[in-house]
Amino acid sequence: MAAEAISESRTGSDFWDGVRLSMPVVVASAPFAVLFGTLAVDNGFSVLEAFLMSAMIYGGASQMVGIELFGQHVAPWLIVLSIFAVNFRHVLYSAGIGRRIAHWPLLQQALGYFILTDPQFAIAEARAESGRPVGFVWYLGLGLPVYVFWVIESGLGAVFGKMIPDTHALGIDFLLPIYFLGLVLGFRKRPLWAPVVAASAVASIIAYRTVGSPWHVSIGAVAGVLLAVILPPHHSGVGKRP
Amino acid sequence: MSTTFWIILAGAVATYLTRVGGHLVISRFETIHPRVEAGLNAVPAAVLTTLVAPELLHAGPAEWAALIVTVLVSLRCGLMAMFLAGAAVLIIARQFMG
Repeated sequence: MAAEAISESRTGSDFWDGVRLSMPVVVASAPFAVLFGTLAVDNGFSVLEAFLMSAMIYGGASQMVGIELFGQHVAPWLIVLSIFAVNFRHVLYSAGIGRRIAHWPLLQQALGYFILTDPQFAIAEARAESGRPVGFVWYLGLGLPVYVFWVIESGLGAVFGKMIPDTHALGIDFLLPIYFLGLVLGFRKRPLWAPVVAASAVASIIAYRTVGSPWHVSIGAVAGVLLAVILPPHHSGVGKRP
Repeated sequence: MSTTFWIILAGAVATYLTRVGGHLVISRFETIHPRVEAGLNAVPAAVLTTLVAPELLHAGPAEWAALIVTVLVSLRCGLMAMFLAGAAVLIIARQFMG
């Protein structure tokens, strides 16, 4: 009885630990959800379709690209391909996080991959690195508020979008880069962090200028990962692990 | 069903494939080579950096001020404090520098 109560309260606190970490993500993504809803309706989506896109795809940048192309009457298959291209970085997240959540039951894993966004991956990786377990309840506490707010705010943006004041003065366009920079810095104690960041930064900027968006993300990411693969293992610290 | 709905559905399937695909490929191997593991450990820094770096090309004084404050605060404080400090500097700086 007592042990059960303890394990229950432990589960509850794990969930709220996750919720607490989700708050900056909820704040940073809110303007984009509203903006997405607004732009979606502007580009010919119904309110329901905007809501569905957020609920089913749940990937901000790819949704923005999707509605932009939709508004320009681009062929449907090309819109889907573009969504795939923008989201391609998740392949790397998926390969990385799989090591942390492989012990979950299959359905929980399936749900876990569905909500695997940039911050979800980064925060879960940071937790694994600090030696604490990445449990399903904690992971859900982190991801669920972000998802629920994202979907609701998309709908609100679709309904009330015209009411957004001056987005530039509010800094909305630059909130995510600030947030992502914070996430990058959170990994600065990892072996090879500085060379990987330098390689990815240079490669993504060059690719952005030459190949163009969204491919600069995948190209820059592959450059950083390849550098870590190529450098001798004693630099990467993998062999030193217990 | 409208074309829009099918675009959303296909986009959702494509997105889910990216979110589960890396794991499906990696999990086919019984052991992970140290170099592959080193590569996987580099994923957070490598991918997240690409979401920031190209923004520097368009960054003006207000954006640079916000990024520098973000870096300084992150050396001492947690993610929430860092984010709020960076956002505050950005909003204030933009009132003066446009």
